Amino acid sequence: MIKTENLYKTFITANGDKVNALVDVNTQIDKGEVVVVIGPSGSGKSTYLRCLNHLEVATKGHIWIDGVDILDLKININKVRAEVGMVFQSFNLFPHKSVIDNVNLAQKVVRKKSKEECEKKSMELLEKVGIAEKANVFPAQLSGGQQQRVAIARALAMHPKIMLFDEPTSALDPEMIGEVLDVMKSLAKEGMTMVVVTHEMGFAKEVANRVVFMDEGAIVEEGTPEHFFENPTHDRTKLFLSQIL
Amino acid sequence: MKTSSGLSRINPFTYNLSMAGFIIGVIAFITVFIVATKAIDYTWRWYKLPGYFYTNKTHDIDAEIKGIVESITTKDKTISIVVKGNSESETYTLPESGSKRVSIGDNIYQGDTLAQYKKPQLGLLSQGILITLEVSIYSSLIGILIGLIGGIARISKNPAFKWAAIVYVELIRGSPLLVQIFIWYFVFATIINGMLMNMGFHEISALWYGVAALSFFAGAYVTEIVRSGIESINIGQIEASRSLGMTSAQCMYHIVLPQAIRRILPPLAGQFITLIKDSSLLGIIAVRELTKATREGITTSLQPYEFWFVCAILYLLLTFPLSMFVQYIERRMKTP
Ligand SMILES: Nc1ncnc2c1ncn2[C@@H]1O[C@H](COP(=O)(O)OP(=O)(O)OP(=O)(O)O)[C@@H](O)[C@H]1O
Ligand SMILES: [Mg+2]
Repeated sequence: MIKTENLYKTFITANGDKVNALVDVNTQIDKGEVVVVIGPSGSGKSTYLRCLNHLEVATKGHIWIDGVDILDLKININKVRAEVGMVFQSFNLFPHKSVIDNVNLAQKVVRKKSKEECEKKSMELLEKVGIAEKANVFPAQLSGGQQQRVAIARALAMHPKIMLFDEPTSALDPEMIGEVLDVMKSLAKEGMTMVVVTHEMGFAKEVANRVVFMDEGAIVEEGTPEHFFENPTHDRTKLFLSQIL
Repeated sequence: MKTSSGLSRINPFTYNLSMAGFIIGVIAFITVFIVATKAIDYTWRWYKLPGYFYTNKTHDIDAEIKGIVESITTKDKTISIVVKGNSESETYTLPESGSKRVSIGDNIYQGDTLAQYKKPQLGLLSQGILITLEVSIYSSLIGILIGLIGGIARISKNPAFKWAAIVYVELIRGSPLLVQIFIWYFVFATIINGMLMNMGFHEISALWYGVAALSFFAGAYVTEIVRSGIESINIGQIEASRSLGMTSAQCMYHIVLPQAIRRILPPLAGQFITLIKDSSLLGIIAVRELTKATREGITTSLQPYEFWFVCAILYLLLTFPLSMFVQYIERRMKTP
Protein backbone atom coordinates (compact mmCIF):
# COMPACT_ATOMS: atom_id res chain seq x y z
CA MET A 1 0.00 0.00 0.00
CA ILE A 2 2.76 2.41 1.01
CA LYS A 3 6.36 1.86 0.14
CA THR A 4 9.30 4.20 0.53
CA GLU A 5 12.81 3.48 -0.66
CA ASN A 6 15.94 5.39 0.26
CA LEU A 7 13.86 8.42 1.09
CA TYR A 8 15.76 11.62 1.87
CA LYS A 9 14.46 15.05 2.73
CA THR A 10 16.77 17.99 3.25
CA PHE A 11 15.42 21.38 4.25
CA ILE A 12 17.37 24.50 3.58
CA THR A 13 16.59 27.02 6.27
CA ALA A 14 16.30 30.76 5.74
CA ASN A 15 19.92 31.32 6.74
CA GLY A 16 21.22 28.66 4.37
CA ASP A 17 21.74 25.80 6.81
CA LYS A 18 20.83 22.30 5.73
CA VAL A 19 18.59 20.15 7.91
CA ASN A 20 18.45 16.47 7.14
CA ALA A 21 14.89 15.73 8.18
CA LEU A 22 14.78 12.28 6.59
CA VAL A 23 17.79 10.07 6.03
CA ASP A 24 17.46 6.90 3.99
CA VAL A 25 13.99 5.93 5.13
CA ASN A 26 12.76 2.55 3.90
CA THR A 27 9.27 1.45 4.85
CA GLN A 28 6.66 -0.95 3.65
CA ILE A 29 3.12 -0.67 4.95
CA ASP A 30 0.53 -3.20 3.81
CA LYS A 31 -3.17 -2.83 3.30
CA GLY A 32 -5.06 -2.76 6.60
CA GLU A 33 -1.96 -2.24 8.71
CA VAL A 34 -1.89 0.29 11.50
CA VAL A 35 1.60 1.69 11.94
CA VAL A 36 2.45 4.02 14.81
CA VAL A 37 5.45 6.28 14.38
CA ILE A 38 7.16 7.54 17.51
CA GLY A 39 10.30 9.50 18.18
CA PRO A 40 11.63 12.63 19.84
CA SER A 41 10.73 16.12 18.67
CA GLY A 42 12.47 17.04 15.41
CA SER A 43 13.15 13.44 14.49
CA GLY A 44 11.32 13.75 11.14
CA LYS A 45 7.98 12.06 11.92
CA SER A 46 5.87 14.86 10.48
CA THR A 47 8.15 15.22 7.51
CA TYR A 48 7.77 11.53 6.76
CA LEU A 49 3.97 11.72 6.86
CA ARG A 50 3.88 14.89 4.80
CA CYS A 51 6.11 13.33 2.16
CA LEU A 52 3.60 10.51 1.81
CA ASN A 53 0.97 12.83 0.39
CA HIS A 54 3.38 15.19 -1.25
CA LEU A 55 2.73 18.14 1.06
CA GLU A 56 6.48 17.98 1.37
CA VAL A 57 8.49 17.03 -1.71
CA ALA A 58 11.11 14.42 -0.95
CA THR A 59 14.62 15.34 -1.98
CA LYS A 60 15.67 11.88 -3.09
CA GLY A 61 14.32 8.34 -3.19
CA HIS A 62 11.02 6.72 -4.10
CA ILE A 63 7.50 6.69 -2.70
CA TRP A 64 4.76 4.39 -3.97
CA ILE A 65 1.21 4.91 -2.83
CA ASP A 66 -1.07 2.09 -3.92
CA GLY A 67 1.38 1.31 -6.71
CA VAL A 68 1.72 4.90 -7.94
CA ASP A 69 5.17 6.48 -7.88
CA ILE A 70 4.20 9.90 -6.48
CA LEU A 71 7.57 11.49 -7.12
CA ASP A 72 6.99 10.96 -10.82
CA LEU A 73 6.27 14.42 -12.21
CA LYS A 74 3.82 13.04 -14.76
CA ILE A 75 1.25 11.77 -12.29
CA ASN A 76 -1.68 13.87 -11.09
CA ILE A 77 -0.88 14.35 -7.43
CA ASN A 78 -4.40 15.57 -6.62
CA LYS A 79 -5.77 12.17 -7.57
CA VAL A 80 -3.34 10.47 -5.22
CA ARG A 81 -4.05 12.91 -2.41
CA ALA A 82 -7.78 12.27 -2.73
CA GLU A 83 -7.05 8.64 -1.80
CA VAL A 84 -4.93 9.59 1.20
CA GLY A 85 -6.68 11.29 4.10
CA MET A 86 -4.71 13.42 6.51
CA VAL A 87 -5.54 14.60 10.01
CA PHE A 88 -3.46 17.40 11.48
CA GLN A 89 -2.46 18.29 15.00
CA SER A 90 -4.20 21.65 14.70
CA PHE A 91 -7.41 20.33 13.06
CA ASN A 92 -7.28 22.91 10.25
CA LEU A 93 -11.02 23.05 9.73
CA PHE A 94 -12.29 25.71 7.34
CA PRO A 95 -13.56 28.38 9.73
CA HIS A 96 -15.89 30.06 7.23
CA LYS A 97 -17.85 26.87 6.59
CA SER A 98 -20.25 25.04 8.85
CA VAL A 99 -19.33 21.60 10.13
CA ILE A 100 -21.33 19.80 7.46
CA ASP A 101 -19.97 22.05 4.71
CA ASN A 102 -16.46 21.25 5.88
CA VAL A 103 -17.25 17.61 5.22
CA ASN A 104 -19.19 18.31 2.02
CA LEU A 105 -16.70 20.54 0.29
CA ALA A 106 -14.14 18.13 -1.11
CA GLN A 107 -16.81 15.57 -2.05
CA LYS A 108 -18.48 18.24 -4.13
CA VAL A 109 -15.38 19.91 -5.54
CA VAL A 110 -13.06 16.93 -6.03
CA ARG A 111 -15.45 14.00 -6.41
CA LYS A 112 -18.12 16.10 -8.18
CA LYS A 113 -20.91 14.49 -6.19
CA SER A 114 -24.38 15.98 -6.09
CA LYS A 115 -25.47 18.05 -3.12
CA GLU A 116 -27.82 15.33 -1.84
CA GLU A 117 -25.16 12.63 -2.09
CA CYS A 118 -22.65 14.85 -0.27
CA GLU A 119 -25.03 15.68 2.55
CA LYS A 120 -26.12 12.09 2.99
CA LYS A 121 -22.55 10.87 3.19
CA SER A 122 -21.53 13.76 5.47
CA MET A 123 -24.35 13.09 7.93
CA GLU A 124 -23.43 9.42 7.96
CA LEU A 125 -19.84 10.27 8.82
CA LEU A 126 -20.75 12.89 11.39
CA GLU A 127 -22.91 10.29 13.09
CA LYS A 128 -20.05 7.86 12.98
CA VAL A 129 -17.73 10.30 14.76
CA GLY A 130 -20.56 11.16 17.14
CA ILE A 131 -21.15 14.80 16.29
CA ALA A 132 -24.19 14.79 14.00
CA GLU A 133 -26.08 17.22 16.24
CA LYS A 134 -23.48 19.91 15.53
CA ALA A 135 -23.76 19.65 11.75
CA ASN A 136 -24.83 23.23 11.29
CA VAL A 137 -22.61 25.08 13.71
CA PHE A 138 -19.29 26.68 12.84
CA PRO A 139 -15.96 25.17 13.88
CA ALA A 140 -15.19 28.02 16.28
CA GLN A 141 -18.13 26.89 18.42
CA LEU A 142 -16.73 23.39 18.92
CA SER A 143 -14.28 22.04 21.49
CA GLY A 144 -10.92 20.78 20.28
CA GLY A 145 -11.97 17.15 20.50
CA GLN A 146 -15.11 17.84 18.50
CA GLN A 147 -13.15 19.74 15.87
CA GLN A 148 -10.71 16.91 15.50
CA ARG A 149 -13.56 14.42 15.03
CA VAL A 150 -15.01 16.66 12.32
CA ALA A 151 -11.58 16.76 10.69
CA ILE A 152 -11.52 12.96 10.66
CA ALA A 153 -14.99 12.86 9.11
CA ARG A 154 -13.86 15.38 6.51
CA ALA A 155 -10.92 13.18 5.52
CA LEU A 156 -13.08 10.03 5.47
CA ALA A 157 -15.58 11.69 3.15
CA MET A 158 -13.16 11.14 0.30
CA HIS A 159 -13.26 7.35 0.85
CA PRO A 160 -9.50 7.28 1.34
CA LYS A 161 -7.52 4.07 1.12
CA ILE A 162 -5.01 5.37 3.63
CA MET A 163 -5.31 7.69 6.62
CA LEU A 164 -2.36 9.68 7.96
CA PHE A 165 -2.56 11.15 11.47
CA ASP A 166 0.01 13.69 12.65
CA GLU A 167 -0.25 13.92 16.43
CA PRO A 168 -4.05 14.14 16.29
CA THR A 169 -4.43 14.42 20.07
CA SER A 170 -1.44 16.58 21.02
CA ALA A 171 -3.39 19.84 20.93
CA LEU A 172 -6.27 18.47 23.01
CA ASP A 173 -7.14 18.82 26.65
CA PRO A 174 -6.61 15.45 28.37
CA GLU A 175 -10.32 14.77 28.83
CA MET A 176 -10.92 15.00 25.09
CA ILE A 177 -8.15 12.70 23.94
CA GLY A 178 -10.25 9.60 24.55
CA GLU A 179 -13.09 10.56 22.22
CA VAL A 180 -10.69 11.08 19.30
CA LEU A 181 -8.73 7.91 19.98
CA ASP A 182 -12.00 5.95 20.11
CA VAL A 183 -12.87 7.11 16.60
CA MET A 184 -9.42 6.13 15.41
CA LYS A 185 -9.69 2.71 17.06
CA SER A 186 -12.97 1.97 15.35
CA LEU A 187 -11.44 3.00 12.03
CA ALA A 188 -8.59 0.59 12.62
CA LYS A 189 -11.04 -2.21 13.40
CA GLU A 190 -12.75 -1.60 10.08
CA GLY A 191 -9.47 -2.35 8.37
CA MET A 192 -8.32 1.13 7.39
CA THR A 193 -4.65 1.42 6.53
CA MET A 194 -3.32 3.96 9.00
CA VAL A 195 -0.04 5.72 9.74
CA VAL A 196 -0.23 7.48 13.08
CA VAL A 197 2.33 9.77 14.65
CA THR A 198 1.45 9.93 18.32
CA HIS A 199 2.75 10.02 21.86
CA GLU A 200 -0.23 7.96 23.07
CA MET A 201 1.53 4.73 23.94
CA GLY A 202 -1.74 3.16 25.09
CA PHE A 203 -3.10 3.56 21.58
CA ALA A 204 0.08 2.05 20.11
CA LYS A 205 -0.12 -0.96 22.39
CA GLU A 206 -3.77 -1.55 21.75
CA VAL A 207 -4.15 -0.88 18.05
CA ALA A 208 -0.82 -0.86 16.25
CA ASN A 209 0.34 -3.77 14.16
CA ARG A 210 3.76 -2.21 14.08
CA VAL A 211 5.65 0.58 15.82
CA VAL A 212 8.37 2.56 14.09
CA PHE A 213 10.88 4.54 16.13
CA MET A 214 12.58 7.43 14.35
CA ASP A 215 15.47 9.53 15.51
CA GLU A 216 17.41 12.23 13.66
CA GLY A 217 15.59 11.51 10.42
CA ALA A 218 16.26 7.80 10.34
CA ILE A 219 14.31 4.73 11.37
CA VAL A 220 16.17 3.33 14.33
CA GLU A 221 13.99 0.37 15.15
CA GLU A 222 10.68 -1.13 14.16
CA GLY A 223 8.61 -4.06 15.35
CA THR A 224 5.44 -5.20 17.05
CA PRO A 225 4.20 -3.26 20.08
CA GLU A 226 5.10 -6.23 22.29
CA HIS A 227 8.67 -6.17 21.07
CA PHE A 228 8.85 -2.43 21.57
CA PHE A 229 7.45 -2.07 25.00
CA GLU A 230 8.90 -5.26 26.44
CA ASN A 231 12.38 -5.63 25.01
CA PRO A 232 13.54 -2.85 22.70
CA THR A 233 16.98 -3.52 21.27
CA HIS A 234 18.49 -0.10 20.70
CA ASP A 235 19.76 2.12 23.45
CA ARG A 236 18.18 5.18 21.87
CA THR A 237 14.80 3.46 21.83
CA LYS A 238 15.19 2.48 25.45
CA LEU A 239 16.16 6.01 26.41
CA PHE A 240 13.20 7.49 24.54
CA LEU A 241 10.72 5.03 26.00
CA SER A 242 12.03 5.54 29.50
CA GLN A 243 11.46 9.26 29.09
CA ILE A 244 7.90 9.08 27.93
CA LEU A 245 6.44 6.05 29.64
CA MET B 1 -23.49 51.48 19.73
CA LYS B 2 -21.82 52.86 22.82
CA THR B 3 -19.22 50.70 24.45
CA SER B 4 -18.07 51.75 27.86
CA SER B 5 -15.43 49.76 29.60
CA GLY B 6 -14.63 50.31 33.21
CA LEU B 7 -11.17 51.54 32.29
CA SER B 8 -12.17 54.40 30.04
CA ARG B 9 -14.99 55.79 32.19
CA ILE B 10 -15.43 59.50 32.06
CA ASN B 11 -17.73 61.25 34.48
CA PRO B 12 -20.78 63.04 32.97
CA PHE B 13 -19.70 66.48 34.14
CA THR B 14 -16.27 66.28 32.50
CA TYR B 15 -17.92 64.81 29.40
CA ASN B 16 -20.43 67.65 29.01
CA LEU B 17 -17.82 70.27 29.76
CA SER B 18 -15.54 68.88 27.07
CA MET B 19 -18.36 68.68 24.53
CA ALA B 20 -19.32 72.28 25.25
CA GLY B 21 -15.69 73.29 24.82
CA PHE B 22 -15.60 71.53 21.46
CA ILE B 23 -18.76 73.20 20.17
CA ILE B 24 -17.65 76.64 21.37
CA GLY B 25 -14.32 76.08 19.62
CA VAL B 26 -16.03 75.28 16.31
CA ILE B 27 -18.33 78.31 16.52
CA ALA B 28 -15.41 80.55 17.46
CA PHE B 29 -13.40 79.38 14.48
CA ILE B 30 -16.23 80.04 12.05
CA THR B 31 -16.89 83.49 13.53
CA VAL B 32 -13.27 84.53 13.33
CA PHE B 33 -13.15 83.29 9.74
CA ILE B 34 -16.23 85.25 8.68
CA VAL B 35 -15.00 88.40 10.39
CA ALA B 36 -11.66 88.01 8.66
CA THR B 37 -13.29 87.74 5.22
CA LYS B 38 -15.30 90.90 5.99
CA ALA B 39 -12.04 92.63 6.83
CA ILE B 40 -10.72 92.03 3.32
CA ASP B 41 -14.04 93.06 1.74
CA TYR B 42 -15.06 89.70 0.40
CA THR B 43 -18.74 89.54 -0.47
CA TRP B 44 -20.30 86.13 -0.12
CA ARG B 45 -22.70 85.32 -2.93
CA TRP B 46 -24.03 81.88 -2.19
CA TYR B 47 -27.01 82.49 -4.46
CA LYS B 48 -24.74 82.07 -7.44
CA LEU B 49 -24.06 78.43 -6.62
CA PRO B 50 -27.32 76.62 -7.44
CA GLY B 51 -26.96 77.64 -11.08
CA TYR B 52 -23.75 75.61 -11.22
CA PHE B 53 -25.62 72.49 -10.20
CA TYR B 54 -28.71 72.87 -12.28
CA THR B 55 -29.71 75.38 -14.94
CA ASN B 56 -32.75 76.04 -17.07
CA LYS B 57 -31.14 76.85 -20.33
CA THR B 58 -33.15 78.73 -22.95
CA HIS B 59 -33.10 77.15 -26.36
CA ASP B 60 -34.05 79.10 -29.51
CA ILE B 61 -35.76 77.43 -32.44
CA ASP B 62 -34.66 79.21 -35.58
CA ALA B 63 -36.21 78.89 -39.01
CA GLU B 64 -34.02 77.21 -41.57
CA ILE B 65 -35.98 78.35 -44.62
CA LYS B 66 -37.79 81.44 -45.82
CA GLY B 67 -41.56 81.15 -45.96
CA ILE B 68 -44.93 81.53 -44.24
CA VAL B 69 -46.13 79.95 -40.99
CA GLU B 70 -48.78 77.58 -42.22
CA SER B 71 -50.03 75.98 -39.03
CA ILE B 72 -49.40 75.75 -35.30
CA THR B 73 -50.83 72.69 -33.61
CA THR B 74 -50.55 71.32 -30.09
CA LYS B 75 -50.73 67.62 -29.67
CA ASP B 76 -49.29 65.10 -27.17
CA LYS B 77 -47.65 67.89 -25.13
CA THR B 78 -45.65 69.14 -28.09
CA ILE B 79 -46.21 72.16 -30.26
CA SER B 80 -45.59 71.74 -33.98
CA ILE B 81 -44.95 74.77 -36.16
CA VAL B 82 -45.08 74.19 -39.91
CA VAL B 83 -43.33 76.69 -42.15
CA LYS B 84 -44.10 76.54 -45.86
CA GLY B 85 -41.52 77.89 -48.25
CA ASN B 86 -41.55 78.14 -52.02
CA SER B 87 -41.06 74.53 -52.75
CA GLU B 88 -40.40 72.85 -49.44
CA SER B 89 -42.03 72.81 -46.01
CA GLU B 90 -40.43 72.31 -42.57
CA THR B 91 -41.92 71.23 -39.24
CA TYR B 92 -40.44 72.43 -35.94
CA THR B 93 -41.43 70.95 -32.60
CA LEU B 94 -41.01 72.19 -29.04
CA PRO B 95 -42.41 71.23 -25.65
CA GLU B 96 -45.80 72.59 -24.66
CA SER B 97 -44.18 74.75 -21.99
CA GLY B 98 -42.28 76.73 -24.63
CA SER B 99 -43.36 80.09 -25.91
CA LYS B 100 -44.14 80.85 -29.57
CA ARG B 101 -42.79 84.01 -31.19
CA VAL B 102 -44.83 83.76 -34.39
CA SER B 103 -48.44 83.26 -35.39
CA ILE B 104 -50.12 81.71 -38.42
CA GLY B 105 -49.56 83.63 -41.60
CA ASP B 106 -46.39 85.42 -40.48
CA ASN B 107 -43.64 85.90 -43.01
CA ILE B 108 -40.47 84.21 -41.93
CA TYR B 109 -36.90 84.73 -42.98
CA GLN B 110 -34.15 82.24 -42.58
CA GLY B 111 -32.70 82.53 -39.08
CA ASP B 112 -35.75 84.09 -37.47
CA THR B 113 -36.56 82.79 -34.02
CA LEU B 114 -39.87 80.89 -34.15
CA ALA B 115 -40.09 79.90 -30.53
CA GLN B 116 -38.12 79.49 -27.31
CA TYR B 117 -38.25 76.88 -24.62
CA LYS B 118 -36.43 76.13 -21.43
CA LYS B 119 -34.75 72.85 -20.86
CA PRO B 120 -33.30 71.82 -17.52
CA GLN B 121 -29.66 70.93 -17.70
CA LEU B 122 -26.93 69.82 -15.32
CA GLY B 123 -24.62 72.62 -14.27
CA LEU B 124 -20.85 72.66 -14.28
CA LEU B 125 -20.41 71.23 -10.78
CA SER B 126 -22.93 68.42 -11.31
CA GLN B 127 -21.15 67.42 -14.47
CA GLY B 128 -17.87 67.51 -12.53
CA ILE B 129 -19.32 65.18 -9.89
CA LEU B 130 -20.47 62.78 -12.58
CA ILE B 131 -17.05 62.73 -14.23
CA THR B 132 -15.36 62.22 -10.86
CA LEU B 133 -17.73 59.36 -10.13
CA GLU B 134 -17.25 57.84 -13.56
CA VAL B 135 -13.47 58.01 -13.34
CA SER B 136 -13.46 56.64 -9.78
CA ILE B 137 -15.77 53.74 -10.54
CA TYR B 138 -13.90 52.63 -13.64
CA SER B 139 -10.54 52.99 -11.91
CA SER B 140 -11.74 51.09 -8.86
CA LEU B 141 -13.02 48.19 -10.93
CA ILE B 142 -9.90 47.98 -13.07
CA GLY B 143 -7.76 48.55 -9.96
CA ILE B 144 -9.42 45.60 -8.22
CA LEU B 145 -8.81 43.40 -11.23
CA ILE B 146 -5.15 44.42 -11.47
CA GLY B 147 -4.74 44.05 -7.71
CA LEU B 148 -6.28 40.60 -7.66
CA ILE B 149 -4.02 39.36 -10.44
CA GLY B 150 -1.05 41.21 -8.92
CA GLY B 151 -1.71 39.86 -5.44
CA ILE B 152 -1.91 36.27 -6.65
CA ALA B 153 1.19 36.77 -8.79
CA ARG B 154 2.97 38.31 -5.80
CA ILE B 155 2.63 35.13 -3.73
CA SER B 156 3.16 32.80 -6.70
CA LYS B 157 6.02 30.35 -6.54
CA ASN B 158 6.79 31.17 -10.16
CA PRO B 159 9.63 33.72 -9.96
CA ALA B 160 8.58 35.46 -13.20
CA PHE B 161 5.12 36.29 -11.84
CA LYS B 162 6.43 37.11 -8.42
CA TRP B 163 9.11 39.48 -9.62
CA ALA B 164 6.83 41.12 -12.15
CA ALA B 165 4.45 41.90 -9.29
CA ILE B 166 7.21 43.17 -7.01
CA VAL B 167 8.69 45.44 -9.67
CA TYR B 168 5.25 46.78 -10.58
CA VAL B 169 4.34 47.58 -6.99
CA GLU B 170 7.66 49.21 -6.20
CA LEU B 171 7.68 51.31 -9.37
CA ILE B 172 4.18 52.61 -8.79
CA ARG B 173 4.51 53.22 -5.09
CA GLY B 174 7.89 54.85 -5.49
CA SER B 175 6.85 57.71 -7.76
CA PRO B 176 4.27 60.51 -7.39
CA LEU B 177 0.85 59.95 -8.89
CA LEU B 178 1.07 63.33 -10.61
CA VAL B 179 4.18 62.22 -12.47
CA GLN B 180 2.49 58.96 -13.45
CA ILE B 181 -0.49 60.88 -14.81
CA PHE B 182 1.89 63.01 -16.87
CA ILE B 183 3.62 59.90 -18.18
CA TRP B 184 0.31 58.38 -19.21
CA TYR B 185 -0.88 61.58 -20.84
CA PHE B 186 2.25 63.01 -22.41
CA VAL B 187 4.09 59.79 -23.24
CA PHE B 188 1.76 56.83 -23.59
CA ALA B 189 -1.20 58.83 -24.90
CA THR B 190 0.92 60.51 -27.55
CA ILE B 191 2.27 57.18 -28.73
CA ILE B 192 -1.02 55.30 -28.63
CA ASN B 193 -3.11 58.07 -30.16
CA GLY B 194 -0.45 58.60 -32.82
CA MET B 195 -0.59 54.94 -33.76
CA LEU B 196 -4.39 54.93 -33.73
CA MET B 197 -4.48 57.95 -36.02
CA ASN B 198 -2.04 56.33 -38.42
CA MET B 199 -4.26 53.28 -38.59
CA GLY B 200 -7.29 55.44 -39.19
CA PHE B 201 -9.02 55.04 -35.82
CA HIS B 202 -10.30 57.67 -33.42
CA GLU B 203 -8.11 59.00 -30.65
CA ILE B 204 -8.77 57.86 -27.11
CA SER B 205 -9.78 60.77 -24.87
CA ALA B 206 -7.73 62.12 -21.98
CA LEU B 207 -10.27 60.72 -19.54
CA TRP B 208 -9.27 57.16 -20.36
CA TYR B 209 -5.59 57.87 -19.90
CA GLY B 210 -6.53 59.36 -16.55
CA VAL B 211 -8.48 56.21 -15.71
CA ALA B 212 -5.47 54.12 -16.73
CA ALA B 213 -3.12 56.13 -14.50
CA LEU B 214 -5.45 55.88 -11.51
CA SER B 215 -6.16 52.17 -12.12
CA PHE B 216 -2.51 51.18 -12.23
CA PHE B 217 -1.79 53.40 -9.25
CA ALA B 218 -4.60 51.91 -7.16
CA GLY B 219 -3.79 48.44 -8.54
CA ALA B 220 -0.36 48.50 -6.90
CA TYR B 221 -1.84 49.26 -3.50
CA VAL B 222 -4.61 46.71 -4.00
CA THR B 223 -1.93 44.14 -4.90
CA GLU B 224 -0.37 44.62 -1.48
CA ILE B 225 -3.77 44.54 0.21
CA VAL B 226 -4.68 41.30 -1.57
CA ARG B 227 -1.30 39.78 -0.78
CA SER B 228 -1.54 40.47 2.92
CA GLY B 229 -5.16 39.27 2.92
CA ILE B 230 -4.19 35.98 1.34
CA GLU B 231 -1.16 35.57 3.57
CA SER B 232 -3.32 36.08 6.63
CA ILE B 233 -5.01 32.74 5.92
CA ASN B 234 -3.48 30.06 8.05
CA ILE B 235 -1.31 27.70 5.96
CA GLY B 236 -2.84 24.71 7.76
CA GLN B 237 -6.18 25.22 6.04
CA ILE B 238 -4.47 25.34 2.68
CA GLU B 239 -2.63 22.10 3.45
CA ALA B 240 -5.85 20.50 4.64
CA SER B 241 -7.66 21.37 1.41
CA ARG B 242 -4.75 20.21 -0.73
CA SER B 243 -4.53 16.95 1.22
CA LEU B 244 -8.16 16.33 0.25
CA GLY B 245 -7.14 16.45 -3.39
CA MET B 246 -8.22 20.00 -4.24
CA THR B 247 -6.17 21.79 -6.86
CA SER B 248 -4.50 25.04 -5.92
CA ALA B 249 -7.14 26.94 -7.91
CA GLN B 250 -9.97 25.17 -6.08
CA CYS B 251 -8.27 25.90 -2.77
CA MET B 252 -7.89 29.55 -3.74
CA TYR B 253 -11.53 29.82 -4.77
CA HIS B 254 -13.20 27.85 -1.94
CA ILE B 255 -10.88 28.41 1.00
CA VAL B 256 -8.53 31.34 0.64
CA LEU B 257 -10.45 34.03 -1.22
CA PRO B 258 -13.76 33.84 0.69
CA GLN B 259 -11.89 34.40 3.94
CA ALA B 260 -9.36 36.83 2.53
CA ILE B 261 -12.08 39.04 1.04
CA ARG B 262 -13.57 39.79 4.43
CA ARG B 263 -10.19 40.93 5.65
CA ILE B 264 -9.43 42.78 2.44
CA LEU B 265 -12.65 44.81 2.24
CA PRO B 266 -11.91 47.51 4.85
CA PRO B 267 -8.46 48.48 3.52
CA LEU B 268 -9.83 48.18 -0.01
CA ALA B 269 -12.62 50.64 0.70
CA GLY B 270 -10.04 52.94 2.27
CA GLN B 271 -8.02 52.69 -0.92
CA PHE B 272 -11.04 53.77 -2.95
CA ILE B 273 -11.59 56.78 -0.72
CA THR B 274 -8.03 57.74 -1.58
CA LEU B 275 -8.73 57.09 -5.23
CA ILE B 276 -11.75 59.42 -5.32
CA LYS B 277 -9.64 62.16 -3.79
CA ASP B 278 -6.70 61.46 -6.09
CA SER B 279 -8.94 61.77 -9.13
CA SER B 280 -8.83 65.53 -8.44
CA LEU B 281 -5.39 65.51 -10.07
CA LEU B 282 -6.86 64.61 -13.44
CA GLY B 283 -7.96 68.23 -14.00
CA ILE B 284 -4.36 68.83 -14.94
CA ILE B 285 -4.74 66.74 -18.10
CA ALA B 286 -7.98 68.50 -19.05
CA VAL B 287 -10.43 66.00 -17.59
CA ARG B 288 -13.32 68.10 -16.26
CA GLU B 289 -13.76 66.35 -12.96
CA LEU B 290 -15.01 68.09 -9.84
CA THR B 291 -11.89 70.07 -8.99
CA LYS B 292 -11.41 71.28 -12.53
CA ALA B 293 -15.11 72.16 -12.74
CA THR B 294 -14.72 74.13 -9.51
CA ARG B 295 -11.83 76.10 -10.96
CA GLU B 296 -13.85 76.87 -14.07
CA GLY B 297 -16.80 77.87 -11.90
CA ILE B 298 -14.57 80.30 -10.03
CA THR B 299 -13.36 81.82 -13.28
CA THR B 300 -16.91 82.66 -14.34
CA SER B 301 -18.44 83.49 -10.95
CA LEU B 302 -15.42 85.11 -9.26
CA GLN B 303 -16.48 83.55 -5.95
CA PRO B 304 -13.54 81.32 -4.94
CA TYR B 305 -14.41 80.94 -1.25
CA GLU B 306 -17.88 79.48 -1.79
CA PHE B 307 -16.70 77.21 -4.58
CA TRP B 308 -13.73 75.71 -2.77
CA PHE B 309 -15.78 74.99 0.33
CA VAL B 310 -18.54 73.41 -1.70
CA CYS B 311 -15.97 71.41 -3.65
CA ALA B 312 -14.49 70.01 -0.43
CA ILE B 313 -17.94 69.18 0.91
CA LEU B 314 -18.87 67.40 -2.32
CA TYR B 315 -15.78 65.20 -2.04
CA LEU B 316 -16.78 64.49 1.52
CA LEU B 317 -20.22 63.42 0.34
CA LEU B 318 -18.68 61.11 -2.27
CA THR B 319 -16.31 59.44 0.18
CA PHE B 320 -18.70 59.33 3.13
CA PRO B 321 -20.66 56.22 2.06
CA LEU B 322 -17.38 54.34 1.70
CA SER B 323 -16.26 55.40 5.18
CA MET B 324 -19.56 54.23 6.58
CA PHE B 325 -19.11 50.93 4.75
CA VAL B 326 -15.65 50.47 6.27
CA GLN B 327 -17.01 51.06 9.74
CA TYR B 328 -19.89 48.69 9.13
CA ILE B 329 -17.60 45.90 7.93
CA GLU B 330 -15.17 46.43 10.77
CA ARG B 331 -17.96 46.22 13.30
CA ARG B 332 -19.26 43.04 11.69
CA MET B 333 -15.79 41.47 11.65
CA LYS B 334 -15.62 41.68 15.43
CA THR B 335 -18.72 39.49 15.73
CA PRO B 336 -18.46 36.66 13.19
N1 LIG C 1 9.79 23.81 6.49
C1 LIG C 1 10.92 23.51 7.15
N2 LIG C 1 12.03 24.25 6.93
C2 LIG C 1 13.18 23.96 7.56
N3 LIG C 1 13.31 22.96 8.42
C3 LIG C 1 12.25 22.19 8.68
C4 LIG C 1 10.99 22.43 8.06
N4 LIG C 1 10.10 21.53 8.51
C5 LIG C 1 10.78 20.73 9.37
N5 LIG C 1 12.07 21.13 9.48
C6 LIG C 1 13.10 20.50 10.31
O1 LIG C 1 13.13 19.14 9.98
C7 LIG C 1 13.35 18.35 11.16
C8 LIG C 1 12.23 17.33 11.28
O2 LIG C 1 11.01 18.03 11.56
P1 LIG C 1 9.64 17.27 11.80
O3 LIG C 1 8.59 18.34 11.89
O4 LIG C 1 9.45 16.24 10.77
O5 LIG C 1 9.85 16.63 13.21
P2 LIG C 1 8.81 15.84 14.10
O6 LIG C 1 9.42 14.53 14.37
O7 LIG C 1 7.48 15.88 13.51
O8 LIG C 1 8.85 16.71 15.42
P3 LIG C 1 7.65 17.08 16.43
O9 LIG C 1 7.48 15.91 17.35
O10 LIG C 1 8.20 18.26 17.15
O11 LIG C 1 6.47 17.38 15.60
C9 LIG C 1 13.41 19.32 12.31
O12 LIG C 1 14.76 19.55 12.61
C10 LIG C 1 12.78 20.57 11.78
O13 LIG C 1 13.36 21.70 12.37
MG1 LIG D 1 5.58 16.83 13.99
